[in-house]
Amino acid sequence: MSSLLKQVEPMVYSSQISVPYTWWAGDTAGRFLKTLRDEQTIMGTRCESCNRVFVPPRKTCPACFTENETWTAVSDEGTVVSFTVARRQLAAIAQKVPVIYALIRLDGADTALLHTIAQADPDDAKIGMRVRACFSKKAGATINAISHFVPID
Amino acid sequence: MDSAAIVGVGMTAIEKNKIRDGFADMAWEAVNLALADAGMSIDDIDNVVTTSNDFWDGRTISCMAVSDASGAREKNVSCVEGDGTFGAFYGLTRILSGSYGTTLVTAHSKGSESVSSLITNAAFDPIYERAIGMDMVSACAMQANAYMHRTGTTAEQLARVSVKNHGNAMHNPKAQLPMEITVADVLASEMICDPLHKLDCSPVSDGCCAIIIAGKDRVSDTAKPPVWIKGTAFCADAYHLGDRDLSRAPALTRATKKAFDMAGITDPVTQIHVAELYDAFTYQELMWLEAMGLCADGKAGPLLETGAFDIDGRLPVNASGGLLSGHPVIAAGLIRMAEVVRQLRGETGGVQVKNPTVGVAHGVNGLCGQSHCVWVLSSEF
Ligand SMILES: [Zn+2]
Repeated sequence: MSSLLKQVEPMVYSSQISVPYTWWAGDTAGRFLKTLRDEQTIMGTRCESCNRVFVPPRKTCPACFTENETWTAVSDEGTVVSFTVARRQLAAIAQKVPVIYALIRLDGADTALLHTIAQADPDDAKIGMRVRACFSKKAGATINAISHFVPID
Repeated sequence: MDSAAIVGVGMTAIEKNKIRDGFADMAWEAVNLALADAGMSIDDIDNVVTTSNDFWDGRTISCMAVSDASGAREKNVSCVEGDGTFGAFYGLTRILSGSYGTTLVTAHSKGSESVSSLITNAAFDPIYERAIGMDMVSACAMQANAYMHRTGTTAEQLARVSVKNHGNAMHNPKAQLPMEITVADVLASEMICDPLHKLDCSPVSDGCCAIIIAGKDRVSDTAKPPVWIKGTAFCADAYHLGDRDLSRAPALTRATKKAFDMAGITDPVTQIHVAELYDAFTYQELMWLEAMGLCADGKAGPLLETGAFDIDGRLPVNASGGLLSGHPVIAAGLIRMAEVVRQLRGETGGVQVKNPTVGVAHGVNGLCGQSHCVWVLSSEF
């Protein structure tokens, strides 16, 4: 088959799907992002049934199937529950590698937030390390209003 | 109808880049192989389930576009977006409902035609997560770190999965990446995302698989002995990675327990003779083995090193070469089922396990194994 293919011109149709989307953040994510932008404060929602605090906040508790109605501020410091260091420049990565991605459980939260760690040697990244959020005012009401986390201690 | 069997399987070769075949071409090949395998014609098929993913295919309602090549015209055809094992689950329930005697299930994808990193980045929540820039590889690398940290599983043990599966693929003519490699080769390959080297990751692949499921009253006139479906279940974990303990797979544990209970499996270590698991990355084979109770928690790595999961070992795992040797997403889990069927029939040639009568196949959908579908298959009724 490979010898046959050398004699033919492979026909391909190059294209791309480019569709603009406008996703409403909704009232739960909207309040979280607005508080990040305006107050540099990280908010979570609490399930009154299992008492877990969700960061980022969710309207419903996946475990209890109940509505999370209580809002609470959590710390901007937390613990890395897992991480990876991206070494290859995969297409989804906006920054230049190496990039440290981490799941960070903020103090006062029961779930972990996905974000990046910067100003750190990638080889020093480890589970259990303590990190603090750095905020960016120019990112607006987006998840990048937390620009990244940095190691503390 | 209370029992059903797989009576035909067909799959294309798994290749890096099938430039001769579009989606429908692949479906045509796999469906005709499955019909021939079953000794059936398309007129014997009562309904069709196609499985695909629109983002991977770059086409809205892509499953309907392969329905012609799947012989679905003027039949009830339905679509599942997810792994092929979930399509098969739906196909089985249609038979158990009593409305259909046979179901043809297909699953296809061509990873070569788009960009895996961008497609899987879009699986993340668009408000909270997508802009962070992660994809399936970086997410699974994070899971690998969490699993290794909790269990003490080593990079060498992960590498040994790659050595075993690529080595098994040397005897599977449909595998994409047959390779004789060493643990040192894996550890020396490019680090993509810590701790996953290039050879810890499955390749991007093209392929299609088709299976035919028949109710008990429709198996007598098929070409080969039926392979009975003894138990099946699926179960999902929470969506957000930060809500889960990534070092464990409780959804797989639950799905396996349900499937084993249904099949009357009380001691899987002795009652299961062959397993085809969703090894998209090396660590996953070990993690899934433990979550399924096929070995003790944290012990898959050490057991692997003793040869327990080799073709002549205690429980041969991914004798076909697994997904590390070729990973067409969507088709991947259905191929695991087809490989177990072929093992139970004794027709896998150089990768044949000695006289298996019960096997388990496994499919995954979602990031880091968010949901799992487990099948217990047997050559005995
Ligand atoms: Zn709750």
